[in-house]
Formats: sequence, C-alpha cells, structure tokens
Amino acid sequence: MNKVYASQAAMPQNPAYSAPSAASLKARSSTAGYDVTRIREDFPILHQEVHGKALVYLDNAATTQKPKTVIDCIRRVYENDYSNVHRGVHTLSQRSTELFEAARETVQKFINARHCHEIVFVRGTTEAINLVAQSFGRSTVKEGDEILITAMEHHSNIVPWQMLCEQTGATLKVAPIDRNGELQLDEFEQLLSPRTRLVSVVHMSNALGTINPVKAIIERAHSREIPVLLDGAQAAPHMAVDVQDLDCDFYALSGHKLYGPTGIGVLYGKEKWLEAMPPYQGGGDMIRRVTFDKTEYNTLPFKFEAGTPNIVDAIALGAAVDYLESIGMDAIAAYENQLLHYATERALEIPQLTIVGTAERKGAILSFTLERIHPHDIGTILDHLGIAIRAGHHCAMPVMDFFGVPATARASFGLYNTFEEIDILMDGIRKVIEVFG
Amino acid sequence: MLDQIRDLYQEVVFDHNRNPRNFRVMEDANRKIEGFNPLCGDKITLYVKVNDEGVIEDLSFQGSGCAISTASASLMTEIVKGQTEEEAQHLFDIFHRITTGKNEEAVNLEEIGKLAVLAGVRAYPARVKCATLAWHSLQAALKNEANTVSTE
Repeated sequence: MNKVYASQAAMPQNPAYSAPSAASLKARSSTAGYDVTRIREDFPILHQEVHGKALVYLDNAATTQKPKTVIDCIRRVYENDYSNVHRGVHTLSQRSTELFEAARETVQKFINARHCHEIVFVRGTTEAINLVAQSFGRSTVKEGDEILITAMEHHSNIVPWQMLCEQTGATLKVAPIDRNGELQLDEFEQLLSPRTRLVSVVHMSNALGTINPVKAIIERAHSREIPVLLDGAQAAPHMAVDVQDLDCDFYALSGHKLYGPTGIGVLYGKEKWLEAMPPYQGGGDMIRRVTFDKTEYNTLPFKFEAGTPNIVDAIALGAAVDYLESIGMDAIAAYENQLLHYATERALEIPQLTIVGTAERKGAILSFTLERIHPHDIGTILDHLGIAIRAGHHCAMPVMDFFGVPATARASFGLYNTFEEIDILMDGIRKVIEVFG
Repeated sequence: MLDQIRDLYQEVVFDHNRNPRNFRVMEDANRKIEGFNPLCGDKITLYVKVNDEGVIEDLSFQGSGCAISTASASLMTEIVKGQTEEEAQHLFDIFHRITTGKNEEAVNLEEIGKLAVLAGVRAYPARVKCATLAWHSLQAALKNEANTVSTE
C-alpha cells in the first residue's frame, strides 16, 4: 500500500505516546473564544451512551446531527402554521408561504446569491445535480460534446453525467488527482476543450477532505465560456460560501449535512441559466397556465419546483442556517481547522496508520487505513467504544481504486466535536490495533 | 466492553484472517465466480472443482475483505472440500440461518462444526453480509448461474 503521509519527517518516534503534545495544547488555547461546551448543549442526540460509552459522533460527512432549534422549528410549524404553500387564501396557507419564502431568503443570504429566485429547493445535492444534468444538460449537450469532472467526485457527481452522456452521445472527461488527493490543475486545464459544455467539480471531497481551488477552476473554465457547477454538499457546512465571489454558475448543497433536515437541499443557479433551462419535472406549482394544447411555465424559482415542496424541512433548513450564522461560518471553519490539525498530528503518532488524503487545503475529514486491518473491522470495534465513524468507499469508488484500497475508515468532524473526542478516537484506534494483535 | 466484541472476533476468526486457508488461484477449476459486496467494496474470487459425481474436489479463493469475510471464506473452503453439492447446499442453508438468526432453533451447532464461531455475527446486522459473501458466491458457483454475484 502506498503511504501518503503529509509529512513523514513530522512523525513522532514513540508510538506508545498518547498524551496531548505542546502543539495540541496550543491549538486548544487558540480556540478559547469558541464555546464548544455550550454548542454541544444545543444538540440533544449527543448526550447519550452507546455500548455503555459516551457517544463520540465522528460521521459528520455522512450526515450531521440537528440542533434543538431545528427540531423545535419542525414541531412548531406543524403544530401552528402548517398548510400548503402558494395557493391558499386562508391564514395557515399564507403563514406557511411566508415562512417557506423567508427560508429561501435566508439561504440566499447564506450563500450570497444575487437573487432570491436563484435558490431552487430540491431534495438534496443529488437531485440538484440531476436537475442540471437533465435540464441544462439535455437542452445544450449534443453528440461529441464533453462534460468535465475530476477523479475525486462522489458518485452523485459522476452517475448523472454518465446518464446524460448515454442519452446524448457526449463524453465524460475526468481530470486526474495526485497522491495527496489534489486536483492536477494543469491537466484539468488541458482537458478544457472547445467541446466542453460544463465543468462539474466537488468543492470539498467527502472521501479525502480536499478543498479544491475552485476559483482557479472557474476562472479557467470561464475564460473559455464554460459554465461550472460546484458540488457543495461537504463544503457548505464547513466554510463561508459566496457564490457571487466564486462566480460559479451552479452550486448544490444538502440540508442534512448542514445541521438541517433530510430530504431538503438547494440548487443555486445563475438567473441567466435558470431562465434559459427547460423545467426538470412537470406538475403543479411550476405552471402559470395550463390548457390541453399548451402550458405556460411559472417564473423562477417555481418553474423548477413541481408539486408540493418539502415545506417544513425547507423552513427548518432556514433555522439551521440561522443557527450556523449565530456561531459564524468563519469561526466554525477556524475551529474545525484546529480539530483537523490536532487529529492529523495525533494520527501520525500511530505507525500502523496511513492517512488517505493529504492535500494542502483540507476540510475536517480524516480518512485512513490501518495495516492489515480492514476498515469494516475498525468501524465495528470503534462502535463498541461509542465512536461513530464511517467505514467503506464513501460513495467514491474511483477514489478508492486510485489509492489502491478497497475502503477507508473516515472520521469526519463537525462544529460540536472536541479535542477530547479526538483523544478518545486515537485511544480507540490503538485498541483496535491491540485487539487485532 | 471489548469482551463483548470477542463474540464476533473469536480467536479462530483472527487465525483464519491472518492465515487464510486455500487462499490461491486454481488453474484447473471448472467453476469460477466473482463475489462482490458493493456496500463495503469486499471482493472475492471463488474457484471450485466439481467432479462428475458432484463432489467438490477442491475449492480456493482470492480477494480482499474484512476479517469476518476473509475468515468466513477460509472456513468455508476447509469445510466444504470433499462434500457433495447437496451437502454444501445444506450447510449453506444452516449457515444462513445462524448468521441471520432466522429459525436458528432448528440448527444443530455440532453439525456445522467450526462455522459456529461466526454465529456471533447475527448481533451485527451490518456485518451479516460480510460473513455470507463467500457462501452466496459458492451457491452461485454450484448453480453455475452467473459470473458475478453481489450481496445487494
């Protein structure tokens, strides 16, 4: 197996060492302004035992837990304000409509979209990408055209394009990554051709943690007038996102990875693209006037929101965004960055451990393998210690193939994780090694 | 706490994981099948040689997987070698029952010998497929029905 340590030289010599180092203590003190104890109180689910041990939840890249404000919001709306949106004259319908549209505005401001109608509510990132593939893709992509992605994509940013290619005769091009899990930008640029119709790139990799140089990607694509979609499922919960500053054409994110409910997500699209694109699904709410001869479609964003939407979860997504903003995305990013550095440093103390994904710019994801111990076995034993991690291919099988591993174990951190939990994880990993002798 | 996990990871499991038996390519196999667990990426290639009397003369495997799936495949090759196809099918039925916890009262643990060490997997629903991958592959190989078998 290939070793991809960030810095071999930095590896401490004594593997039995497990006390926090001076550097980690410094890391802790530098985040003193971030009150993680108070934040943890906002998440009821964290305060429980699993197999007799305090739960250590480190599977945030799969999904995040919900603050009480989100849970309460769902209950409050169903108990007080709920009805269908956009068509009732009665009070409850108007209240629901106002709350639903207010949530759209909250999301608009969160990612700094120019217009509120550039925010389309969907089920999640997967549906957002499928929407662009089937609407934008099928109306503009022809035989012989190309779609460009990278080698670190989640299946949800691979398969919709393969389907589009099958439907249109277009070709899917894949920009390579290096052994650190970083995009090879020059190779990427060389793959931009006169036939490239869209670039679709992950903002932050779920399997490796890599944060892509998306501004550079967008500049290079735009200089050839190629639009860019960013898969922001992982990035949005961990850093401030400004779609106007990035100048991306589409941005997709999932509510459930953003401390909000499942079943709700967002597609941001620049007005000019959304206006030009045909509807994705037909039905109620997306029409202005229907006769059997002809249907006139509704304005944005409703053209893309056929049928009764996921009203309450959209409103609760707004509550999740409010919650994140009450802490501050920059504060969250800085704190999680400290967590990642501490976790990386502690992980490198374990000689049998190999980190998979050592990009210079990384989000709070620690993907790793242990010599001769399969990630599934790591996951089961850690679970017995109350530690929830993910073991598997992380819906990124091509990434696993590239690194020559069947799977990895992945600890992914969120705004409520602590340095102590990282210590518990590292002790847990040592126990796994001990059990396997 | 870690005592509990020993129900799943018994010494026999560790032994077969470290030194899997019949872990080799079989050039003269007359059945060969790829088993795949898409949930975790476990892969197994199973080689079987069945003679004209329907006796499994030899079987071996290659692949990569977790301790449970490797040990299960290794144990299976040891136990099934020399059995008839019917006997192997019968053993599969019993093994399936003990690992899923269905109708297990009808199972005589003595009948399955060493395979009983994998009974602990029934407390881990997410891991049952690890234990049964090799067996599903064997079943498909005996039925000669496909080249690839998936647990999903």
